[in-house]
Amino acid sequence: MTATRLAERLAQLLPVLFGVSLIVFLMITLTPGDPVEIMLADQRATDEQAAALRRDLGLDRPLVERFLVFLGNAVRGDFGISFFHRRPVWDVIAERLPATIELTLVALIVAILVAIPLGVMAAVKRDSWIDRALSAASLFGVSLPGFWFGILLILLFAVEFRLLPVGGRIGFAHEVPRETGFLLIDTLLAGDLSAFGNAIAHLVLPAITLGLPTAALLARVVRSAMAEVLASDYVLFAEAKGLTRRRVLLRHALKNALIPAVTVTAIETGSLLGGNMIVETVFGWPGLGRLVVESIFARNYPLVQAAVLLYAVTYVLLNFIADLLYTALNPKVRL
Amino acid sequence: MTALLSVRGLRTVFPTRRGPLAACDGVDLEIAPGEALGVVGESGSGKSVTFLSVLGLVRPPGRIEAGEILFDGTDLARLPPSSLRALRGRAMALAMQDALSALNPAFTIGTQIVETILTHGLARSEAEAREQAIALLRRVGIPSPERRLADYPHQFSGGMRQRAMIAIALAGQPRLLVADEPTTALDVTIRAQVLDLIDELREETGLAVAMITHDLGVVAERCARVMVMYAGQVVETGPTAEVIASPRHPYTRGLMASLPSLEDPDRTLHAIPGQVPDLARVDAGCRFRNRCPLAIEACAQPVALREVAPGRASRCLRAEEVT
Repeated sequence: MTATRLAERLAQLLPVLFGVSLIVFLMITLTPGDPVEIMLADQRATDEQAAALRRDLGLDRPLVERFLVFLGNAVRGDFGISFFHRRPVWDVIAERLPATIELTLVALIVAILVAIPLGVMAAVKRDSWIDRALSAASLFGVSLPGFWFGILLILLFAVEFRLLPVGGRIGFAHEVPRETGFLLIDTLLAGDLSAFGNAIAHLVLPAITLGLPTAALLARVVRSAMAEVLASDYVLFAEAKGLTRRRVLLRHALKNALIPAVTVTAIETGSLLGGNMIVETVFGWPGLGRLVVESIFARNYPLVQAAVLLYAVTYVLLNFIADLLYTALNPKVRL
Repeated sequence: MTALLSVRGLRTVFPTRRGPLAACDGVDLEIAPGEALGVVGESGSGKSVTFLSVLGLVRPPGRIEAGEILFDGTDLARLPPSSLRALRGRAMALAMQDALSALNPAFTIGTQIVETILTHGLARSEAEAREQAIALLRRVGIPSPERRLADYPHQFSGGMRQRAMIAIALAGQPRLLVADEPTTALDVTIRAQVLDLIDELREETGLAVAMITHDLGVVAERCARVMVMYAGQVVETGPTAEVIASPRHPYTRGLMASLPSLEDPDRTLHAIPGQVPDLARVDAGCRFRNRCPLAIEACAQPVALREVAPGRASRCLRAEEVT
């Protein structure tokens, strides 16, 4: 059942990907700015050399032809050569991807670990000071601009108190052989605990910056879902059975309250991908987000195209995972 | 026979913006083992709150302000929460109106029975608790109970679900069952089956039953004694047949006159004029007097529940004049 459903999802993905490619293609080619000019900006090239480069990159062909060529190659898994790196786009992305996944996962885990207990506590102690404090803090967290909050954290904890590094993934002193690209794993594989600690120290501020809006939103969702569940007949009935308060809250109530939270988390994870661009730029994090930002500025068409498609696939897969979790939590829904 | 449950002067209060609201105020009642007490009254009359207070399930900020709740000689109103919790589901249990909302949609029926049995230490192992759960489901008349343990509440039919909920309520072998509108959500044939089941349990095991309902038909059929509540107070109590045949409180009489009759289908139904008083604003006098055809000046003074005949009590100064 799940396999058919996944196949269905992937089939639905095709028109989405086509639409996304078209829109991104048009947006990036129609915005002013010429990759050839940018590439040759400081190299005093002749017009002939510029024309040669343009031909070389295929930029002299008509728009429609360029789009069709892109589509034809993409279907075969070929996303072209990155204009700047002079290497296949996919290789460049794959190199940067683990950094982004690592940061996103840590941010997500931090957000979940903070939001669920806070949301539950606020719902249980409704209208108490903790509930009010959470409401205020989450409003703050949702509306805080990431770039500003990130810079604030850097100024405070890195510059002023010198507790944490300003940016990057790991200190220069540490040499970690690349195995998986995930530093938290690679450092452990190398048995280098001090590098592991260093990598964690580098993760703290960006993960907080990235995870804060998610934590704030999730806490609000958990609180309201939990408050609704706590007023339900089945919680009263569970209490009437003589179950401990702990069991009533953490099993009977929470399992139901998590159903809406799962959906929100999946959608939020998708938006973390967007948040990554800002946070990675602020913290000098060598991930996909920063690569995409740089590529947009450089009009590095193939890379932006491929990255956006990757975002779209990720987004759809996340929603699929949310559906699976939703089903696991809610027996009334069977795929 | 001595009472299993004896409540004296129970007052349960909820703070509201307009001041404290006593949802039940000075309630006295007694239930003997094996007895079924019908508790009738309209919504907001305090019948559910009275028994939620007994079970210790009044949700904060609501609280029991006064009175004693003697269960088998122990005052539940003074018991620490943990001791009260140990009694809930074990000594006294709750059956609710709508099993679909009372059962947790996210857990199987089996899990929901087994956890009750294990919580009260009635089985040494999960396997033993499962055996008991199967026996309970069989007892309440659910076919092939072994298979149905793995089913979720939404996979049961309405009547079966109600039985499953009663099975869960009975899992701790309680001595008192509070049945809060246990059949209101059911259709007529299933209603009779569920009520028969409760009657059987009462007769076989000496289970005391508090049948909270606004269906006087259920009370007339199933409960030997009835207690009528109005605006948070008990206004009349006595043997059901006598109370129905000759009410001794104007409110009870009004309630009877508002019911259709099979013997005389053409009879005009009477609605009681006026409205239930705002419980945050009531004074010490009779709470029914603004709607009462028999009201006199003295009704503005406090009126106590008094014996009007052997085994019958009424909270009316002119009880003997009610016809």
